[in-house]
Amino acid sequence: MTAELVKTNQVTVTIDGIQVSVPADTLVIRAAEEIGVQIPRFCDHPLLAPAGACRQCLVDIPDAGNGRGFPKPQASCTLPVAEGMVVNTQATSPVADKAQQGVMEFLLINHPLDCPVCDKGGECPLQNQAMSNGQGESRFAESGGVKRVFPKPINLAPQVLLDRERCIVCQRCTRFADEIAGDPFIALVERGAQQQIGIAEGVEFLSYFSGNTIQICPVGALTSAAYRFRSRPFDLVSSASIADHDACGSAIRVDHRRGKVMRRMAGDDRDVNEEWITDKDRFAFVSTRLDDRLTHPQVRDTETGELRAASWPEAFAVAARGLAAAKKKVGLLPGGRLTAEDAYAWSKFARVTVRTNNIDFRARPLGADHGAEEAAFLASTVVLGAPGAGAVTYADLETASAVLLAGLEPEDEAGTIFLRLRKANRATGARVFAISAVGTRGLAKVDGTLLPTVPGAEAAALAAVASNSDVALDSHSVILVGERLAVVPGALAAAVELARSTGARLAWVPRRAGDRGAVETGCLPTLLPGGRPVADAMARVDLAEAWGVDAVTGKDGLSGSQILDALRDGDLNALVVGGVDPADVLPSGGVDKKLRKALKKAFVISLEVRSSEFTELADVVFPVAPASDKAGTFINWEGRVRSFPKVLDHPSSLPDVRVLAGIAEERGRSIGVRTPEQAWAEIVKVGPWSGERAGFEAPASAAAPQPAAGQLVLASWKQLLDDGRGQDGDEHLRASVRPPVALVSAGTLTSLGLTAGDEVELAGPLGRLRLPVAVGEVAEGVVWAPASAPGASVRHQVGPAGSAVTLVGGTK
Amino acid sequence: MTDVLTPVLTDDWDAAQSWKLATYESRGGYGALKKALGMNQDDIITAVKDSGLRGRGGAGFPTGMKWSFIPQDNPKPKYLVVNADESEPGTCKDIPLMMATPHTLVEGVAISSYAIRANKAFIYIRGEVLHVIRRVQAAVAEAYEAGHLGKNIHGSGYDLDIVVHAGAGAYICGEETALLEGLEGRRGQPRLRPPFPAVAGLYASPTVINNVESIASVPSIIAHGAEWFASMGTEKSKGYGIFSLSGHVANPCQYEAPLGITLRKLIELAGGIRAGHELKFWTPGGSSTPLLTADHLDIPLDFEGVSGAGSMLGTRALQIFDETTCVVRAVLRWTEFYKHESCGKCTPCREGTWWLTQTLTRLEKGQGTPGDLDLLLDQCENILGRSFCALGDGATSPISSSIQYFREEYLAHLEHGGCPFDPLASTAFAIEGANA
Repeated sequence: MTAELVKTNQVTVTIDGIQVSVPADTLVIRAAEEIGVQIPRFCDHPLLAPAGACRQCLVDIPDAGNGRGFPKPQASCTLPVAEGMVVNTQATSPVADKAQQGVMEFLLINHPLDCPVCDKGGECPLQNQAMSNGQGESRFAESGGVKRVFPKPINLAPQVLLDRERCIVCQRCTRFADEIAGDPFIALVERGAQQQIGIAEGVEFLSYFSGNTIQICPVGALTSAAYRFRSRPFDLVSSASIADHDACGSAIRVDHRRGKVMRRMAGDDRDVNEEWITDKDRFAFVSTRLDDRLTHPQVRDTETGELRAASWPEAFAVAARGLAAAKKKVGLLPGGRLTAEDAYAWSKFARVTVRTNNIDFRARPLGADHGAEEAAFLASTVVLGAPGAGAVTYADLETASAVLLAGLEPEDEAGTIFLRLRKANRATGARVFAISAVGTRGLAKVDGTLLPTVPGAEAAALAAVASNSDVALDSHSVILVGERLAVVPGALAAAVELARSTGARLAWVPRRAGDRGAVETGCLPTLLPGGRPVADAMARVDLAEAWGVDAVTGKDGLSGSQILDALRDGDLNALVVGGVDPADVLPSGGVDKKLRKALKKAFVISLEVRSSEFTELADVVFPVAPASDKAGTFINWEGRVRSFPKVLDHPSSLPDVRVLAGIAEERGRSIGVRTPEQAWAEIVKVGPWSGERAGFEAPASAAAPQPAAGQLVLASWKQLLDDGRGQDGDEHLRASVRPPVALVSAGTLTSLGLTAGDEVELAGPLGRLRLPVAVGEVAEGVVWAPASAPGASVRHQVGPAGSAVTLVGGTK
Repeated sequence: MTDVLTPVLTDDWDAAQSWKLATYESRGGYGALKKALGMNQDDIITAVKDSGLRGRGGAGFPTGMKWSFIPQDNPKPKYLVVNADESEPGTCKDIPLMMATPHTLVEGVAISSYAIRANKAFIYIRGEVLHVIRRVQAAVAEAYEAGHLGKNIHGSGYDLDIVVHAGAGAYICGEETALLEGLEGRRGQPRLRPPFPAVAGLYASPTVINNVESIASVPSIIAHGAEWFASMGTEKSKGYGIFSLSGHVANPCQYEAPLGITLRKLIELAGGIRAGHELKFWTPGGSSTPLLTADHLDIPLDFEGVSGAGSMLGTRALQIFDETTCVVRAVLRWTEFYKHESCGKCTPCREGTWWLTQTLTRLEKGQGTPGDLDLLLDQCENILGRSFCALGDGATSPISSSIQYFREEYLAHLEHGGCPFDPLASTAFAIEGANA
C-alpha cells in the first residue's frame, strides 16, 4: 500500500537523454543532480524558497510534459518536474549552455577581480562556476567596460561585513534572515546595478544566526569580521566536529591551520541542525587560546604556599595523596562541558577511586531541594532515551501538532531547536506554547503563544494545560522542559503528569553540551553509568561486576549545592572540580569569604582549561583539553550520540579521562581506562541498565512564593550570548550581545510610574543593578532581566530567577 | 477624414469639465453600471469575452478570459487591481484618459469588480502624476457620493470600495506582480509565477489586474453590447483603441480608432510628418517594442499585424522620428532609461543594461569597433528570454531592431568618429533649414 503510494508520487523525466524518476514537485535543478548533472546556480539553496533571481541555472525544456516546449530557457531552480518532461542542460543543449555562459558573463562584469585577496577565493561558487560554465576572456574588460564600485566594506552586524561590489544580489542572505532565522533586518535597497544588501539606519543585523549568511553567500560579499583576511581556504584543514556550546549537538566543521582553529562552519546534518548553527557555535572558539590557558600542571608549594609548575607524575602523586588523606569526604563537580567519555571517567573515578556518590555535573541553581526532584526526573524519565528508542527528535518537532515549552527559551538556550520550531510552524502551522513569564521575540518568531506564568508558578501552569482546550496536547505533541525548571518545586513532576494524561511526549533540554552525557554516565549522586540507580542494589552489583570491583557504594551522595554547603561547613575535606565556572555555582558572583576559607582549608584538585577562581584556590591544577584537542562524544538533548575526532594536537593538556586515570593509578585504585577511546569502549561494554528503572514520586508541590506588596518576581535566564567564558576573545561576537534591559508589562510600568527607556534600579537579595526599562509581553507582577549580560550580571548582582525584587525609577 | 475615428473613450474629452460626474452622467455615464447590476455576473464576463476585448496594456491577453480564471470557489476575497502605472517611454493614453474622464474608469472598475465578485478594487497610479491621482481621487469621491460606489450600490446589494493608490516612481511597478508587491507595501520587484495572480495575487487572494484602457472599455461593451464592440477592429483584434502619436508629426495627439488602422492613416490624421521632413523610424507600442521604418507604414496596427512585422502592438504609443534623428542616440537614451529602471532582481537585466549602455555610449561617440554591433546583439540575445520579467526583454528591443534596420548608421558613427547628426536638428525648436 505504502509502496504503491510512493510510486504514484514519482514523476519520470528525461534529463540529457537519461530517464530519472523523482518525487513529484522536485525542482528540475535537483532532479538533474540525481543523474549527476550539476547545473550552475547561485540564488538556489535547498533550504530556502526558490527565487529565480540569478538566472544562472537556465536549461532548455523542449517538452514540458504536455508535448509543448518552452520557447525560452527556463530557470531550473523554480521549475518543478512534470511527467514526461524533457530537460536539456548545458551538457547537451547549446541553447542552455549559451544562456548560462551569458548570465555568467553578466555576473562577472561588475564583480571585482580581487579573488587573490578575497576570503572566498578558493572555495567560491562564483569562482568555481565561472571556471566550469564561463568564458576565459572578458569581453567587458576588452571593450573598456567600467565596473561599478562601492566603498568597502560596511558592517551589517558587528561580526558580519559586506563588500557590496562583490555581491551578486542572489538574496540568499536576505532570504535566510527572513525565512530561516526570522530576523529580516537585512534587505535589498536601491535598484539596478546599484541594488545592494542594506540595513535600516542604526538597525544592525542583530541575529543569533547571522553567521550563516556568511557561509551561504556564494561570493565573497559577506565575510566574518574575525576571519577576514586571516587565511586561505586551501591552507586550511577541515575536521568534522560537534558544537560544544549547547546541548543541540549541531554538526560543525572546524577549519584549522598549523594547530590553530581559524574558523568554524555549520556542518550538514539534516537530522540535527540541517545547515545552520548559532553565532555562538560559529564564532566562540577563541577562548582556549587566550593567555590564561593552562599549559602545565601546578601544585601548591608546601613552603611558599604558592602554586608552582609541576611535572605530571608529581601532580598525580600530590593529588592522590591529598585524596587519600581526605578519606571519602570528597565532593566532585565535573561541570557540564565534558564529553561522555570524560564524564564516564569522572563518574567511575568517584565510585572506584574516591568511593563516593558525592558527584553532580549540575553547576547551576538547583532550588530548595538541592536538585533532588530533577535528579529523580532524569533517572526515571530522561536517561537512556535516544532516537529510535522512543525519545523525541528534531524530526518529531518538525511534525508535531503542538509543542509546549516550559522553563526553556529555545532561541537563547537551544538555537537549533528554535530553528526547527520555526520551520515546523512555517511549514505546517504547528503551534508553539510557552509556559514562561515573557513572550520573547523568539516566541514571536515561531508564532508562539505565551501562557503567562509568574516564575515559581510553572507547576500549576503545567497542571492547568491539561484542561486548556486551546493547547490541546495529544500523542503528536511534544513537551520540552528546560533545566531551569529544576528550581521550581513540583514543576518537573507536573510535566511528567501532563505528558502522561495527554499522551504528549516529553523531553528535557539542558544547556551545556556535556549535560546529557553526564546523565548517561552517572555524574549524579543518585545515578550510576548506564542509568543504574544508586539506590538499586542489583544495579550496583551489576556495575561492580562490570568494573571488576568488590562493590559500588550505595551511600547517599551530595548534590552540587550540597557539596558546596558541606565544604563551607567543613563536612568535606576535598573537592575535585572540573569545567565549572565558579560564577555559575556560587551565588555571589564568585567565591564568598567563608567558602574561600573553606576551599583554602580543603584539598582542591582543579581540572581546567583556563585559570579560574577555582584554579587559583586549588592545591593541584591539571590542564585539561578543550573539545577541540581531544576525541570524544557529546550526547545531545535527544540522546543522540554525537562523536567527534580530535582536531588539534596540544600535548600540554590531556583529556579529563587521562588526568583522572593518572590520579587513580597513583592512588592505587585504577579506573581502568586512560583514553577517550577506551572509555567509550567501556561505556558500550557496561551498557544500559536493563533492570527496573528508578521511579519518580511526585514531590509535595509547594505553593509559589508570593512577593510582598511593592515587589516583583524576577524572571531571568542566560541569553545565548552573554558573559560566558567560552565566548571570551571574540570582540565582534561580544559586540552583538543584546543590550540588557529590565522588561515589564505596560501595566506594571504604569503602576510603577515609569516610562519606557527610564533607567531603573533593580534590587534583589544580592544587591542592585541599574538598567533601562522596556515594555514587553510580560506576566503581571514580573520583571525580566538577563541573568548574565556582560557588565550587568543580574544573577550575581541582583539574585536568581524567582527572587522577589523591586524596581525603582531613576533618570532617563 | 474623421470617419475612420471611433471616439468612445475619448468622446467626452472635449466636453466642458469633462472630469466631473455631472458631465459624465449627462452623457449617459453610469448607465452601463446600472444595466450591469441587473445582469448575471457570469453574463458580464461572457459579454466581455464575446466582445473580443484584449488587454490594452500591451500584452493583449483576452480580458474576459482573464476574468474567468478567477476561482470563484476560493473562499478568499477577490480583488480587481487597475494598472495605471503608465511609465513606458512614449505611452500616454491612460494618463490623459484619467485626466479627462476619470469616471469612465471608475464605472469600468465598478462593472468589472461586480463581474468578478470583488468588493474591493485598487487603482495603482504612477506616483509622478499627482494631478491625475487627484482627479481620480476626486472622481471616486464623487462616485461614492452619488451611490455608484460603496454599500448596496443602487439597491443591488453589491458593495464596492475603491482605493486609489499612488506608486512611488518605479517603472518596474507596471509589471503586474511587482505592482502587487508595491501595493502590499513591499519592494517593487516581480514575483515568481506560478502562483499566478488569478489564484494568489494581492494578499495571496485571487486578483485580476487590468490596464486602465481595458477597464474603461468595459462600460461601452455593456452599454452597446459585445457585438457592437466586435464589429470594430480586425478578426482577432476587436474594438477600438487609443493611438498616441508623438514626435515628429505636425499634430501629436491621441487618436481613437479601430484596431487595424495603419500608421499611414494616422500620420495623415496628425497632419503629416513635420514640414520638410520624412519618416525615418517609429515605435508601434512604446520603447519596448522593436522599432519599425517607413517600409511598415501600411501594416495594420493590430496585434497580429504588428507581430507579423517583427514587433508588437504594445500600448499603441507611436513615437515618430524623422530623418534628423540619430537612431543610435535615440536607442542609447532608451537603454539608459532601462538601466535606470532595472529593478535589480535578475542578473541579465541588471548587469546587461549596465553593459549595453556602456557599449552604446562608446558607439555613439564613435569609439567602438564594428565588432561591437555583434557584441550588442549577443548581449541582447543573452538578455532576451533570460531575464525574470519582460522588462529585460523590452530593453533589448530597440537595440536589436535598430541594428537590424540601421546597421549602416551605427557604422557611420565609427567612420565619422562620432555622431554624424546635428542633435539640435531633431528638436522641436529647430529652425527650418538652419544648421544649429
